[in-house]
Amino acid sequence: MSLSTSVIFDASAPWSLSSQVSLRDEAFGALAYHHGNRRLVFLKSRELVAILRSLENFSSVNEAIDAVVPNEHDRYVEAVGALVKSDIICGR
Amino acid sequence: MGANSSLRDKFERGLAAPICLTWELTYACNLACTHCLSSSGRRDPKELNTDEAKALIDEIAAMQIFYINIGGGEPMIRRDFFEIIEHAVNQKVGVKFSTNGTRIDAEAAKKLAAIDYLDIQISIDGADAETCDKIRGEGSYAAARLAMDHLRDANFGEFKISVVMTRDSIEQLDEFEAIAKHYGAQLRLTRLRPSGRGVDVWDELHPTQEQNRRLYKWLMERPNVLTGDSFFHLSALGDPLDGLNLCGAGRVVCLIDPIGEVYACPFVIHEEFKAGNIRDAGFNAVWTESDLFTSLREPGNPGACGSCGSYDACRGGCMAAKFFTGLELTDPDPECVFGHGETALAAKKVMLIPKPSPDHSRRVPVAITAR
Ligand code: SF4
Ligand code: SF4
Repeated sequence: MSLSTSVIFDASAPWSLSSQVSLRDEAFGALAYHHGNRRLVFLKSRELVAILRSLENFSSVNEAIDAVVPNEHDRYVEAVGALVKSDIICGR
Repeated sequence: MGANSSLRDKFERGLAAPICLTWELTYACNLACTHCLSSSGRRDPKELNTDEAKALIDEIAAMQIFYINIGGGEPMIRRDFFEIIEHAVNQKVGVKFSTNGTRIDAEAAKKLAAIDYLDIQISIDGADAETCDKIRGEGSYAAARLAMDHLRDANFGEFKISVVMTRDSIEQLDEFEAIAKHYGAQLRLTRLRPSGRGVDVWDELHPTQEQNRRLYKWLMERPNVLTGDSFFHLSALGDPLDGLNLCGAGRVVCLIDPIGEVYACPFVIHEEFKAGNIRDAGFNAVWTESDLFTSLREPGNPGACGSCGSYDACRGGCMAAKFFTGLELTDPDPECVFGHGETALAAKKVMLIPKPSPDHSRRVPVAITAR
């Protein structure tokens, strides 16, 4: 299937939402569905969704996070990093 | 409280679109399983035609419903079956369909194997012909196994084997696991509910308390066995089973029946749980605006379960199981692991049990031949 377990998440590198992923907005945030591995992931905050949507416009995850939630940087690095394992985001 | 409980509270208020949408393509079926949740048998003359079916898929895609569960009846009986599922997967709406397998011959298996975003679930209700055929009819086990052989030979990949847990089948858990392993398939176990024709057999077929405890333990040791969140009433026994652990009816779950009626869940095909028809203003309108779904999304009343220390784990169980055994929705689940459901049932002996509304059962049983 995928090699992502061996992929290391580096928040100073550029990442983006996988092209295989669709996002559906919900009151609590969004659902992310990966059409390839058929995983459904719950994104539990709107800020996280905004960050994911903007990832490709920034040269690092850190910058994308700081543009939305500068005061909660570490928490969101963790939240974004957790999405590597299900291939929701990928390095570019 | 589990890590998921805040999310669950949000789910209880409903989602923009369902996560688990079941669409039954037809009430026609060549089998006559005694526990059929939709009382299927005869085709309904008002069933959606091909154009209506495709328009519904377009709406589903627009609502960003990522995958649908197709069932019946036997969905493969529809002549436009392949046309319908191809229309869905072409728009990236994944399809998982449930079948008795009788229509999967070598040729159909090859056709199925060539389609992306497709999952197949073949039903058996026993790990041998005797146990299975008692429920699904003579020849049903052999036909299902043959279908599995065909899928394997066509290199379909990992399909699912779906089993309803009855007093008999629950004694064969290890055998089901072995069959799944034999095919490289995934095992999926679901709960017997007193829905459809199941209302007539539930009393004698639903698992005993002791069996349910064993099942819980077996499942806890096997997180890879799928359950479609069926057994969350057993989460009251200890750590929660994998899943959302809530009744999703009208919140994350719903059913579209073959004639376009929308029900809160596949197990409550009854006037009382009908939210509307997609032929009126479309599915989205029913999902977002119907009075029934609005009321189901209000915080639940724990009723008799309010004082139970396990309410957070079990949420009082399954609405369908309560309704079709004649309990109030605020009563404990009839299979409450602490026996409170049985007590409630005993206290209501004289109550009228609601009959599932539309009944498409055939009057005469038909012999099954394997392909
Ligand atoms: S009393 Fe209600 S909440 Fe408690 S275990 Fe029984 S059904 Fe579940
Ligand atoms: S009524 Fe029962 S089967 Fe239907 S969603 Fe609720 S718990 Fe599940």
